[in-house]
Amino acid sequence: MATREDSGKGTLTTYEVTKSDKRFIGAHILVAVIALSIGSLFGPLQAFQFSGVDLYPYLQPVFKSYYQGLTIHGVLNALVWTTFFITGFFTLTTIWGFKRGLRYPTLNRVGFWTMVVGLVMAAVPILLDEASVLYTFYPPLQANWAFYAGLTLVVVGSWIEGYGFFFTYRAWRKDNPDTRTPFIAFGGLATMAMWQFATLGIAVEILTMLLPWSLGLIEGTDPQLARTYFWFTGHPLVYFWLLPAYVSWYGMLPKQAGGKLFSDSLARLAFWLFILLSVPLGFHHQFVDPGVPAGWKYIHAVLTYSVFFPSMLTAFTVIASLERAARNRGGKGLIGWVRALPWNNGSVTAQLLAGILFMFGGIGGLTNASYNVNLVVHNTTWVPGHFHLTVATAVTLSFMGISYWLVPWITGKPLWKPRWAVIQAWTWFIGMLIFSNAMHVLGLLGAPRRTPLGVAPYVPEEWSGHLLRVGLGGAILFVSAVMFVWIVAKTAWQRERLPVGAEVEIPVAESMQDPQLTPRWLDRWVPWIVGTILLILVAYGPQLVDQIANIDLGSGQAPTIRPW
Amino acid sequence: MSEQNATQESMHIDPYERNWIRISIILLIVFAAAVTIAGFALGFQVPSPEERVDPNNLTGPWENPGLRELSPGVYDLYIIGNATTWQFEPREVEVPVGSTVSFYVTSTDIQHGFKLQDTNINMQIVPGQVSKLTYTFDEVGTYDYICTEYCGVGHAAMFGSLTVVEK
Ligand code: HEM
Ligand SMILES: [Cu+2]
Repeated sequence: MATREDSGKGTLTTYEVTKSDKRFIGAHILVAVIALSIGSLFGPLQAFQFSGVDLYPYLQPVFKSYYQGLTIHGVLNALVWTTFFITGFFTLTTIWGFKRGLRYPTLNRVGFWTMVVGLVMAAVPILLDEASVLYTFYPPLQANWAFYAGLTLVVVGSWIEGYGFFFTYRAWRKDNPDTRTPFIAFGGLATMAMWQFATLGIAVEILTMLLPWSLGLIEGTDPQLARTYFWFTGHPLVYFWLLPAYVSWYGMLPKQAGGKLFSDSLARLAFWLFILLSVPLGFHHQFVDPGVPAGWKYIHAVLTYSVFFPSMLTAFTVIASLERAARNRGGKGLIGWVRALPWNNGSVTAQLLAGILFMFGGIGGLTNASYNVNLVVHNTTWVPGHFHLTVATAVTLSFMGISYWLVPWITGKPLWKPRWAVIQAWTWFIGMLIFSNAMHVLGLLGAPRRTPLGVAPYVPEEWSGHLLRVGLGGAILFVSAVMFVWIVAKTAWQRERLPVGAEVEIPVAESMQDPQLTPRWLDRWVPWIVGTILLILVAYGPQLVDQIANIDLGSGQAPTIRPW
Repeated sequence: MSEQNATQESMHIDPYERNWIRISIILLIVFAAAVTIAGFALGFQVPSPEERVDPNNLTGPWENPGLRELSPGVYDLYIIGNATTWQFEPREVEVPVGSTVSFYVTSTDIQHGFKLQDTNINMQIVPGQVSKLTYTFDEVGTYDYICTEYCGVGHAAMFGSLTVVEK
């Protein structure tokens, strides 16, 4: 039975999620975890390769190269695990936030199956070594057309699921004209709205260039314009990954820790700022590109600093919420209160450790964003070192933490060996500290990314200690990844059920101040969306017009011999 | 920091949080200022559009890549990346210490990277575009230039070296 107090208003609302909706959410999580378990296998293989243990020859019958493996690692982890987990999680926050079923459940199911079909379509050429172009697929590297078509379907499917959430919101709004949008539902809507804008770049790239080109309908591509389209989507993509973790950190974790959300208004403000600022700064991934004027790179660098602001807000609000929770539990001292948090809860521990590593990730991110400092680290192992703190930890470890209550809730079964979940979170944290630190140092020494450093002829002796540490961190992470999949699988497939009436609670944090008192402008869509469109036009319009006007499809023809 | 009992809509920002917001904004402005100073006053450079070329038919200096001495100690260096041989052409270059070298790099086929170790030269190499950066070599030694973008099975072996010798 799902009876709980409605946050803020003190009214009692009852809502029971239907079996079919639970199963629908579960299907998302299932695909996500399968993707992560296959994708993550290649991470340690890469790390071992760096440290001189090359297992790729043994994989030869199935996987042809390091690069095919790296394509699988990037696509399955960064695109599939994330997208499926996120749409599943937001299905829950929408239903549970609004306390009503999806307005058009069939629409969401169409979205989900579109994503699944797309995934299979993209997976086939990847597994056949027909698409070893990495998850950024820069032309004129040319993959089989099914790869591009499949990715397009995954994106379109995620759009459709987003429409499903928006329709549900509209239906709820009609019945509740004066109520503030419940925070967890709002966070999901905001993320999906941002995603609609963000993915325009990749949609245009694939539909106007890559797909017709791979089908032989046009002679070539403009590789520079393709990069500009790609990074239009590529940067906000990281917020698409991160914001669901923020929804949990703001709206759920405080409850799990025994506290409340410190500031409802600032939490909402942060999400609006992410919608507004996520997209118009993609050139900061192109600081070293020849075809983008230095002036525009500079403008995007400055805009990039602005998007740190909502993350700073998040840091304060989340830490303040946790501190109050800890002090309620008897925590004392300036920092000592941290110990009073429920560290024996795997879900909480995973998210706390994810947050701690994210602080390091944020500092590294400031460096990457710095226009000219970027020249030192661009395309070096510093960059994967950085984003294994962000997407592979802040996001992934948080999603793992969420899974530790979500999977029991979906299946009605208790979490299998809760202590193991705590150990899993710590091993990820420790493995990642070692791995990521070594990758950062190697990057500063000049080690290139996307390179099997174990065989590169120019690697100096000086790097070998760090390369070993990459392997060591990778080994610990491997153990941790196996533990996660094992715990989740055992939870789902065990015989034991939760006793009747002992259902898992969905943690939803109340806010300290009644959300009804949050100013109305923080619950209005039109001004923010209009602002977003205007800012995109200003920050991207002139360069897009210029690069499209000077398009040269002859400059990016597919190589006559496939280079992999 | 107690629970508020207000009945009016308002932002209610905690005093600590207000200070944190101030500090955040100041910090970000400082960063932006540092980048601005580095970029404009100290002249740290990033690549900017140089020229467009036809990668299937490279002409002019590209027909014969390598060093061009413009005046004593000032050079243009043309380098082509290629993903059928996974080589930079030329593979080896020698300049006297104190030289100022402008690197012009392009590709005949797919994308590559060009990173000159121990310097700030780091560029994406895009077919159809010319990437350019300039560096002055004040120290004798060997500087490898390595490919930092995936360009096929031979990518990990793709590099060249520039040697800076005594005058
Ligand atoms: C199991 C632990 C993991 C290990 C040991 C690991 C290791 C690595 C290594 C060594 C690289 C660099 C390869 C190279 O540049 O040549 C890499 C790349 C990457 N990893 Fe991981 N990884 C792990 C988990 C993850 C997770 C969970 C994600 C995302 C959710 C992720 C996303 C990526 C991405 C996007 C790349 C870049 C691929 C590219 O350059 O095309 N990794 N990983
Ligand atoms: Cu190359």
